[in-house]
Amino acid sequence: MPAAVPVIEGWFTVDEPPALLGGRCPACGTYQFPPTGTWCPNPGCDSDQMATVPLSRTGRVWSYTDAQYQPPAPYVSPSDPYRPFAIAAVSLEKEQIVILGQVADGFGVGDLHVGAPVELVVEPLERDGEQTKLVWRWRPISGAGDHEGEAR
Amino acid sequence: MNDDVAVLGVGMHPWGKWGRPFVGYGVAAAKAALADAGVPWSDIDFVVGGETVRNGYAGYVAGSTMARALGWNGARVATCYAACASGSAAIEAARTRILAGLSDLALVVGADTTPKGFLAPNAGERWDDPDWLRFRLIGATNPTYFGLYARRRMDLYGAGPADFAMVKVKNARHGLHNPNARYRKEVAAEDVMASPVVADPLRLLDICATSDGSAAVVLASMDAARRLSSDPVRIRAVSTVTPRFPNTALDMPDIATDSAASVPAPAQGFRASIAAAAYEEAGLGPEDLSLAEVYDLSTALELDWCEDIGLCSPGEAEKLLHEGVTSLGGRVPVNPSGGLACFGEAVPAQAIAQVCEVTWQLRGAAGPRQVEGARVGLTINQGLFGHGSCVILAK
Ligand SMILES: [Zn+2]
Repeated sequence: MPAAVPVIEGWFTVDEPPALLGGRCPACGTYQFPPTGTWCPNPGCDSDQMATVPLSRTGRVWSYTDAQYQPPAPYVSPSDPYRPFAIAAVSLEKEQIVILGQVADGFGVGDLHVGAPVELVVEPLERDGEQTKLVWRWRPISGAGDHEGEAR
Repeated sequence: MNDDVAVLGVGMHPWGKWGRPFVGYGVAAAKAALADAGVPWSDIDFVVGGETVRNGYAGYVAGSTMARALGWNGARVATCYAACASGSAAIEAARTRILAGLSDLALVVGADTTPKGFLAPNAGERWDDPDWLRFRLIGATNPTYFGLYARRRMDLYGAGPADFAMVKVKNARHGLHNPNARYRKEVAAEDVMASPVVADPLRLLDICATSDGSAAVVLASMDAARRLSSDPVRIRAVSTVTPRFPNTALDMPDIATDSAASVPAPAQGFRASIAAAAYEEAGLGPEDLSLAEVYDLSTALELDWCEDIGLCSPGEAEKLLHEGVTSLGGRVPVNPSGGLACFGEAVPAQAIAQVCEVTWQLRGAAGPRQVEGARVGLTINQGLFGHGSCVILAK
């Protein structure tokens, strides 16, 4: 049994550098996350195929917040006592999609702003016996440009 | 107008945290609405319930649960679930049956008993249920989404915690004398800003509670209404629209938006499109509104709604608030009932409760919270997974 596995199968890769996996319609180019559909979500497209592709590993923060109180089950807290964590919704330029995720360990809302650049990382979500469950997270890229290309 | 239906009666059970079965709250609201309408239960030919998913089988079949509790009368029945929009979906079911000439008198009821704390998914492992997955993979609660929307107002428009607190102050004042409200107490901005952060930048008093509560309406064809009432409040429009692809704003409880890589995003976002469809159906616009009941799950979200229903342009709702435009006595009071800030959230009853408030306002029967000369009112909310909910009522 591997020591660390994705908490959910088929949503992201864990080898360096990790990436989210999305669906991409070969006919019209529409993306989808999670990659669960076998047909194109674009109502103007009849394609019944979606190719699984890695999504852009960097994006810009659409918005962000945190969880100061422990979320209810099925959330599993990795620590006792509970430690608050931040959450960001991130816009990917090429895919024109916004994807939600926790913010990487050690970063909080003070490290973020709308438009800030972030990159995808994979970190432990929880420990289940001997096994670590991995999840995708967004990590701020320090020193990079910000606020560009952000409009409501 | 031929496309109108009449609101003959409205009723509620006071909202709170009583912990009793939801059926009792629903029966109380239904009886109040029937008495208000002057219609005996035996004359109701269609009953619609807003479904509750937290109260076992009786909640899944809320329409027949209410019909049975009131005493089987042979009426046709339906139950609607559209998350927070369940009430307007139920109203729409009744309205369309009436407009089709298939019903004369319909009863619409929503009632709920809610658990303490965060609304959470029902128990069990469901790896293909997006609502379950957002908790399991991310720990994203409902306030997470409210926090995301609030933060955008701050970073894009320069809004701040003091602006959000003012919404609570206003709504607390509005609800002070509402006998059905759960919270009837003035709140100071400092109290809001001193309450603990739940989902940055939102604090405990920025976010609505979950409540037990119920609301009911009796709807009638205009012909039936004329026999029973001289000048009833009318429903002019109901909008239960879904988003248009690609929906590029992250809606609760989604983990991702649609992709706009192949089709550009519509000029109008989903929330604004809900109101636009209702305005179009009613032949009215935001300038016609005397008041609005909007879904203030959070203080900041009320500001979003003010823009989405066209009271002002994006980024200007804080100005409207501080000028007093949306307060009682202002040009278009928003949430004169006190809103969710004073009621809390009782999912299947919510949209029906909004219609009750607008009806009382248009009748001039809202007491100390009356909007002077109210003629047109709008209710709006949104249910999980793409459920629009907007009702326009007029005198
Ligand atoms: Zn396609």
